[in-house]
Amino acid sequence: MRKVYHKITQISGSVITVEAEDIPYGTLAEVTSGEEQDTSLGQVIRLNGKEVSIQVFAGSRGVATNSKVRFLGRPMEVSTSENLMGRIFTGSGYPRDDGPAVQDDMVGIAGPSVNPSRRIIPNKMIRTGIPMIDVFNSLVESQKLPIFSVPGEPYNQVLARIAMQAEVDTILIGGIGLKYDDYLFFRNTLEQHGALSKAIMFVHTAADPTVEGLSVPDLALAVAESYAVNGKRVLVLLTDMTNYCDALKEVAITMEQIPSNRGYPGDLYTQLAQRYEKAVDFEGSGSITTLAVTTMPGDDVTHPVPDNTGYITEGQFYLRNGRIEPFGSLSRLKQQVNADTREDHRAIMDTMIRLYASCRESEEKQAMGFRMSPWDEKVLKYGKLFEQRMMDLRVNIPLEEALDLGWKTLAECFEKHETGIKTDLLNKFWPDNT
Amino acid sequence: MAEQTKVGKVIGLNGNMVTASFETSVMQNEVAYICVDGTRLKSEVIRVRGDEADIQVYEMTGGIRVGDKVEFSGEQLSVSLGPGLLTQVYNGLQNPLPQVAEEAGFFLQRGLYMEPLDREAEWDFTPWVEVDDEVQAGDAIGYVPEGIFKHKIMVPFDWRGRWRVTSIAEAGKYCIDNTMAKVSNGREEREVTMVQDWPIRKPISAYKRKHLPHDPLVTQQRIIDTFFPVAKGGTFCTPGPFGAGKTVMQHALSQHSEVDVVLVAACGERAGEVVEIIREFPELNDPRTGQSLMDRTIIICNTSSMPVAAREASVYTSVTISEYFRQMGLNVLMLADSTSRWAQALREVSGRLEEIPGEEAFPAYLESLIAAFYERAGLVELKSGEMGSVTIGGAVSPAGGNFEEPVTQATLKVVGAFLGLSRERANARRYPAIDPLGSWSKYTPLVEAEQVEKARDVLQRGNDIGQMMTVVGEEGTTIGDYVVYLKGEFLDSVYLQQNTFDEVDCATSQERQQYCFNKIVDVLDADLEFSDKEEARNYFGELRQKFVDWNYAAWDSEEFKKTEQEIDEVLQRKKSA
Ligand SMILES: Nc1ncnc2c1ncn2[C@@H]1O[C@H](COP(=O)(O)OP(=O)(O)O)[C@@H](O)[C@H]1O
Ligand SMILES: [Mg+2]
Repeated sequence: MRKVYHKITQISGSVITVEAEDIPYGTLAEVTSGEEQDTSLGQVIRLNGKEVSIQVFAGSRGVATNSKVRFLGRPMEVSTSENLMGRIFTGSGYPRDDGPAVQDDMVGIAGPSVNPSRRIIPNKMIRTGIPMIDVFNSLVESQKLPIFSVPGEPYNQVLARIAMQAEVDTILIGGIGLKYDDYLFFRNTLEQHGALSKAIMFVHTAADPTVEGLSVPDLALAVAESYAVNGKRVLVLLTDMTNYCDALKEVAITMEQIPSNRGYPGDLYTQLAQRYEKAVDFEGSGSITTLAVTTMPGDDVTHPVPDNTGYITEGQFYLRNGRIEPFGSLSRLKQQVNADTREDHRAIMDTMIRLYASCRESEEKQAMGFRMSPWDEKVLKYGKLFEQRMMDLRVNIPLEEALDLGWKTLAECFEKHETGIKTDLLNKFWPDNT
Repeated sequence: MAEQTKVGKVIGLNGNMVTASFETSVMQNEVAYICVDGTRLKSEVIRVRGDEADIQVYEMTGGIRVGDKVEFSGEQLSVSLGPGLLTQVYNGLQNPLPQVAEEAGFFLQRGLYMEPLDREAEWDFTPWVEVDDEVQAGDAIGYVPEGIFKHKIMVPFDWRGRWRVTSIAEAGKYCIDNTMAKVSNGREEREVTMVQDWPIRKPISAYKRKHLPHDPLVTQQRIIDTFFPVAKGGTFCTPGPFGAGKTVMQHALSQHSEVDVVLVAACGERAGEVVEIIREFPELNDPRTGQSLMDRTIIICNTSSMPVAAREASVYTSVTISEYFRQMGLNVLMLADSTSRWAQALREVSGRLEEIPGEEAFPAYLESLIAAFYERAGLVELKSGEMGSVTIGGAVSPAGGNFEEPVTQATLKVVGAFLGLSRERANARRYPAIDPLGSWSKYTPLVEAEQVEKARDVLQRGNDIGQMMTVVGEEGTTIGDYVVYLKGEFLDSVYLQQNTFDEVDCATSQERQQYCFNKIVDVLDADLEFSDKEEARNYFGELRQKFVDWNYAAWDSEEFKKTEQEIDEVLQRKKSA
């Protein structure tokens, strides 16, 4: 029987302080208030002499100065067994479905980083059938990539669509502050596509205590890591990481940390990086690819959450007006794969975006009532076609078809030399309209 | 030894900060070890108050308990300097990562510290001094060949005064710990080995004097060398929002810069980006030496998910190793990506120490630390009369891409060149996205300064006219102005922009830059008459196409000459018309 401590000296926000001795940093604790069934998990986040501060996942509501605290002597763990497949758990790792608790092959969450010298250069493209991704910002196995989105955009739909189309062995879904409807949406989508059996969900919903959401990425990533080491290609979906950051903020403020920017703690970058950097391609084994949702409060990309995220992830997809924006969207790994797809891939990618930028300029001029030059007319026509054929999220075609469509579009709008493409590529790919 | 170890006890812990009580004495910046479950976690004393020391731990701190033992080493945090540094990949504390991987596999393992230098490898030593010669700190007593260099074996940099050689090893094979020479100053005799330890927070200054940087450091990036040059021994920074191209540029610099040694300090950013260097450099040839690029490269890799305290140390580890090679009369380029992550590490530490914060919660002493760091760059004259240099280039990652933040501002105060990357240029795929209007450099360019001024003028005017056109429209712009605008755009697209991912265009030699820039200035100077704007636009379109092809043609190839002829024809046609 583990020792029980009663002397709680401070209760503030989600953090309580109890007097105890010989407690290892980071260990889990069970906090029981009132009746036995009211037990919540917590984690030791500060030691000061005999004072032990515990972050209580369910928050401190109802905790009394004589509540019972029992230390488990180990950090948070999660099962990595095959039996997780098809199961749904809470942010504390308890079953959310009707299935039994899974206790085999437990590992500690938030384990050590991969040794950079053992990493390899990612080289496998993940095809999505979405031209804005495949052509312009190719997704690569082991990439970590967020969808930057204003609240209200169909980001979970995009996430689910990529997940259903991607060829992976296991899908891990981590929901942080997920709306119950969205949780059901993910579950139904997986079911419809017969993918539930290769999926594992850790879901913290908007109705659950905020702090409980903090464990979700670590739980999902610890499972992903174990699967990947054992040869599985794992796709991790995290939605919404802004909720995760807000939970961090809440804890930091309770701990009276000096905020660095709009209330967020100074280590926000490090906290996010430790999660996102779990994405990896293990040489001779499996991989972890992470797609996340980052909603941008006020559509402001300089807000600390998207800003810190963008500095960490390998690009981002901007979702705006139901489309993936060509500007601001970026896959930093695209050059690892787009040299080997087709020789015209890069030229089409660069040229079409550059010309679409010209289109936006001409649109501005037009909006100000200026006369449109012949060039303006050309790029405006081009812009329309670009939006229809490339940007519309309903378009679902393989990369090669999209590249051909790109050449067709250019040839319908421009003379060869107006594209700025190298002459040898023009000679090879420019469609003959004769 | 054992009984001399000073010990203490953990009395508190917050994140990576341990507070410990101690018995006898401790020293600021002394290395300490926290003993937890049979492992010893490397740490550093960063504050002492009364009989309590605050110690930052260079590892994950899970499992530490109040009462755990703390050992104080009596030594400051140091790096080992000697043969074997080149080609290595270290973490911020000089722990060699490939060796760690051999021991621990895919994942890092806390408390596992491997020898930074191979103590068993044998090196071919040639002596340069004889018995009775007089030497002082920094003097070479001999050398061992390492890759393309003569790696000098030097008298330790902190030995004061003059020393007489009392014995010197014969030419032959030795390990780094062997005694290569004995020297005496009349009072004591000391042994010189091939390796010396140096505390990372203290600059190495065993040279005669510092000089003002004057020679350009050729980076083979046109916009830098021609417009915003960097000097050997100088400093520069590249601030920019995420995705603007800071890292791609640093990689280009580490690959194409004409220097002897490159230190890549991957400080708190993505591990994947370092991997590109680790995996690709050994395959790439350095055209200057014919050897693999890795032979001149050292990587200090403390990426974002690795312990924050070690990230803080990593920039000092890097600059100390840079200074070491400078002492050999070499030109060293140190690139740090990103200094903002180092500043954030300082902020995290300062926050845990509950110091009074400055702007955006950065510590009040941030500015002086940044200044002191860049001060470690410089062109120096060694005691032997040879020259050596350390050039520092720091990426800066300003929050929200706003340059008005503390790290960017503190950096701008001290560097010699500011290469600001702009979001707009990156979005428009105008790479490298260095803003040609806002950036500046205090150093001398590769080409004639007068011509550069002329080109900048066209760029500035072209930009102004472009701005104006968005207000008054093309029809409200005179044809003369319109041509200036087109000239600016032309200069931008065929000279300032450079394709890093093209085999030829990625690097433009000094000779080629001088040659091509002349041709560009020809175009900018030309008095071109057009009947209407459409004609002008078409003409520049054609010219641009030719110059782009020219950029992609290898220097002095048939293709290069042929394209140049075509360019001349297009130019001639218009001039004579
Ligand atoms: N010189 C360049 N040429 C082509 N693409 C570039 C260039 N510089 C940057 N990019 C593109 O922008 C992406 C982000 O660049 P990176 O250097 O990683 O940005 P930062 O370090 O500023 O966040 C790259 O992955 C690449 O796709
Ligand atoms: Mg970068």
